[in-house]
Amino acid sequence: MSETEFRQPTLSRRHILLGTAAVGLMALPRWAAATPAEAEAVVAKLAGSAKPAASRIALQLPQIAENGNSVQFSVSVDSPMTETDYVKSIHIIADQNPYPEVATFYLSPANGKAEVTMRMRLAKTQNVRAIALMSDGSVHQAQQEVKVTIGGCGG
Amino acid sequence: MADVKARVKVPATATKGEIIEIKTAIAHAMESGQRKDKEGKAIPRKIINKFVCTLNGKELFRSDWYTAVSANPYLSFFVRATESGTYDFAWYDDDGSVYHASASIAVS
Repeated sequence: MSETEFRQPTLSRRHILLGTAAVGLMALPRWAAATPAEAEAVVAKLAGSAKPAASRIALQLPQIAENGNSVQFSVSVDSPMTETDYVKSIHIIADQNPYPEVATFYLSPANGKAEVTMRMRLAKTQNVRAIALMSDGSVHQAQQEVKVTIGGCGG
Repeated sequence: MADVKARVKVPATATKGEIIEIKTAIAHAMESGQRKDKEGKAIPRKIINKFVCTLNGKELFRSDWYTAVSANPYLSFFVRATESGTYDFAWYDDDGSVYHASASIAVS
């Protein structure tokens, strides 16, 4: 491994203070959650005329997230990632967050392997989907419900 | 923001064609714009909205982020090692700032 220092984010005193302040604020605001219909519209726009297939894509999420502020997810798509057959993009959608879009990843054969890991906010218990757009035009979707004990601020 | 700390983890060496994992993290509040301060005023949105990884200037991976990305964003992904050089990682802030980190690799 290179010399560049790396570690997973750890809690510093500043973070703890910020976190405490955030929890205090969270009690106040109510945000308007997106509806599954809005999420459905986002998916429809992505997929276009293609019908999402429930294959070749795996979404890894916890069944229960104690803290909605940081929910780790991994998406992997079964693809050779060659010039003729690769994943163009992966989209993460949380059905009932204020904004359903979480993140989009643009891939190419240069990636060799279509897999990403990240952390997201979930405002409440909801369905999360991963959509993969392939180079041949096909669309693949995986989804899972995550039970959220404490919602993430601002989802 | 001079105190934005970014960290990346890239193997120092790889064989040509090997698929390597790259891990990145950056310290950033990712203020979603959904929260309110004590006076009830909305705290303005300020997030990193884009991440780009290049090797010797060529783009390998790009990602768009929305407000649901957690604070202190962590991201890992894969690339095929094709040539020696320097990976550059760039995080684009809503306020126009761009934060960079880099790591070199020797491919044999």
